[in-house]
Amino acid sequence: MQKTDLINALAEDPHSYLKEIKQKNAAKVIGFVCSYAPEEMILAAGALPVRLLTATENPHRADLHFQSYGCSLARSILDAALAGRLDYLDGVVFPHTCDTIQRLSDIWRINLPQTFFADVVLPVKLTSPAARQYLLDVLQKFRGDLEAKLGAAISDAALQDAIRLYNAIRRNLNRINELRRAHPGLISAKDYSDWVTAAMRMDRAAYLSLLEAFVADREQAAPGHPASRAKKLVLAGGGCTTPDIYGAIEEAGGVVVDDDLCMGTRYYEALADESLAPLPALADRLITRPVCPAKHAGLTRRADDLIARVRRAGADGVIFILLKFCDPHAFDYPYMKEMLDRENIPSLLVEMESDGQAGGQLQTRLETYMEII
Amino acid sequence: MTSSNSDFWKTLGIYLFGKAKKLSLAFKKAPTMKELMMVYYAEAKSASLSGRKVAWITSGGPVEPLIAMDVIPVYPENHGAMIGASKMGGGLCEKAEAMGYSNDLCSYARSDIACATVNGGPIGGLPRPDMLVCCNNICGTVLKWYEIQARYFNVPLFILDTPFCHTGYSEEAARYVRAQIDEYITFIEDACHKKYNFDKLTEAGLLSFEAQKLWQAVLDTAASRPAPLSAFDAFYHLALIVTLRGTKEAVSYYQNLLAVMKDRVARGEGVVPGEKYRLLWDNIPIWHRTRWLSNKFASHNACLVADTYTSAWCGVTKYIDENRFMDSMAEAYTRIYLNIGVDEMAKMVLDMIDKYDVDGFVLHSNRSCKPYSFGQLDIQRIVEAERGIPCLMIESDMTDERSFAEGQISTRIDAFMEIIKERKKETR
Ligand code: SF4
Ligand code: SF4
Repeated sequence: MQKTDLINALAEDPHSYLKEIKQKNAAKVIGFVCSYAPEEMILAAGALPVRLLTATENPHRADLHFQSYGCSLARSILDAALAGRLDYLDGVVFPHTCDTIQRLSDIWRINLPQTFFADVVLPVKLTSPAARQYLLDVLQKFRGDLEAKLGAAISDAALQDAIRLYNAIRRNLNRINELRRAHPGLISAKDYSDWVTAAMRMDRAAYLSLLEAFVADREQAAPGHPASRAKKLVLAGGGCTTPDIYGAIEEAGGVVVDDDLCMGTRYYEALADESLAPLPALADRLITRPVCPAKHAGLTRRADDLIARVRRAGADGVIFILLKFCDPHAFDYPYMKEMLDRENIPSLLVEMESDGQAGGQLQTRLETYMEII
Repeated sequence: MTSSNSDFWKTLGIYLFGKAKKLSLAFKKAPTMKELMMVYYAEAKSASLSGRKVAWITSGGPVEPLIAMDVIPVYPENHGAMIGASKMGGGLCEKAEAMGYSNDLCSYARSDIACATVNGGPIGGLPRPDMLVCCNNICGTVLKWYEIQARYFNVPLFILDTPFCHTGYSEEAARYVRAQIDEYITFIEDACHKKYNFDKLTEAGLLSFEAQKLWQAVLDTAASRPAPLSAFDAFYHLALIVTLRGTKEAVSYYQNLLAVMKDRVARGEGVVPGEKYRLLWDNIPIWHRTRWLSNKFASHNACLVADTYTSAWCGVTKYIDENRFMDSMAEAYTRIYLNIGVDEMAKMVLDMIDKYDVDGFVLHSNRSCKPYSFGQLDIQRIVEAERGIPCLMIESDMTDERSFAEGQISTRIDAFMEIIKERKKETR
């Protein structure tokens, strides 16, 4: 299980791995925020795309630029960068998402000169033909920016390769999700989260071979896996970070069988159509993938999807995880809860404080919830 | 209380219905802001009786295409300001919290969402919308807020998606927004069940442009010493440029206002008696404390001569071509103050510091409005480095009166004013 060790370690501390790989492969490392970043493009330019996620206990450097009512994700990655902990990065990419990230991009650009810096100002409204055309234009522009500043031509063939590699990774992650749905408990919530996190950090080809081995191993173990008596749960909500509540959920008698999280299905569920030209394939994937609340894809799309997810998994309930000061998710929570209520799907709200801890007697609340569902 | 309030408005609405049109044009002398707003809200509230459509629209949204089709635009944000000014924000926000909305969300959004369900607030709620128009050039909050209202009222929602301009206006954004203006026109046609009137749009565009220039001219008079109006006056007179831009009423109102201000300048009449210090304000007003703050600064002979907020409704006239309004509108609405990078905002602040010759900069760090507030610390740092004037940041909230620490803020203002006074002595 040495492989899983690496995956777990990458979730804890990616910095040493990234520094090492940078030296070994002489590759450029490009940081990005948000799962809407067109990673395939970065990979096709010969660089390693790395999602910026870091928890900082006391982001006092960020305090000089970002008020305390910003989400902990934005504040801690800014703090890490200001403290020099991300010095191995050769650049950063900011897809447009929420108001907080929008301003983080400005603050970053002004205070942290980088060799490569790009805003990818995606459309917010995904429902019109004009938005699709604009998205295509934005991707084309991003391609030009990368080519110019990294000095590497991005051929269609390289993009196709990147798309195929990402599809393979995403297919396997989907397989993991299927396995945990069919065999609750076969994959622990923490392992699942670590695998998804590593998918955004590791050398992608190396990751894929580890992932394939892991999936094969779990497939083999599946038939003999004892039926779980735990309550089956779907996690939903703000997941720009990796909340540390998985242990608590399992201890309280729950098992996670599916999710609607940024560090989960929202990242990997949709695949790009390999039969299309690369740009339209990427654009269509971004438009049709499970939507983030900072984007518009219809008035009830997220709740409809969540209900379908609960039904598909035969889940007993939903746990919403909201990160303090995350506006898009906080706005969606009441209507999603209401729609779940109407379907008689019980849900529990867990708010993560800005220090990354869940507030208010989490364990007791979880236990009570498991008893009633 | 709430119901008697709304009864009053209903009665007023019915009374004014039919007379409203005449009344609004037939004021003998120039109508006051209060009168204009009364007629406006009465018209809006009686729209269903007069067969007119009501659209709720965000403060930065393009209103001219609605005006041209005789649709009455209603602004939940303006309503939010009224709620704040009447100190009803706290109660409504609590109600929203009980509905499941976190108290870290924008208090305009929270109070409006709560208000819609109870018809509360100072005017007994806003008239029911027939359609919603959301332009995200001010924030991502409005998108979520309008989605909520579209579900609640079950009416069509149009989203004008204006890509954020971190470092300029891109060609692809220009094409995208322009294409959406056509979608917008079709949306209005569908909602009104009639063909679009492009001549009227040209007319509304001209009036809007005219009003924006006049509003800028009004604000410009504060460059004189002493300033004939302060930011607190601007907060008040702003209502029309937000709600009625594109109408004749707004143009004549600001013509009158400009004449009054010019007259005051000519007579050397300042709004703050004995004006000695001049300050610049950043961010949305603290609506529940405008009078307190105005008195507080005046007690130090300080006048808030300008602000970044009210000038947002005239900051883009340079992008408008009044003869090609429909085309140039796309750029003007995309490049507004809140939709540009922090460094460009800082440049505009520096320009205002020079133009109005100010001695200090007061920043309202507004927990409600993240796109306006994040970046302020950098703007403050840039201002201190480039102009060397004292800056003061106060944390509060525009509508939720529960987040205002009066004692602490009072002490900090006193200390800030002491520094300015010392500085002034030295440079004299
Ligand atoms: S957690 Fe929420 S506020 Fe923070 S970056 Fe993600 S979407 Fe934005
Ligand atoms: S977040 Fe700011 S700009 Fe947006 S509606 Fe609230 S106050 Fe207005």
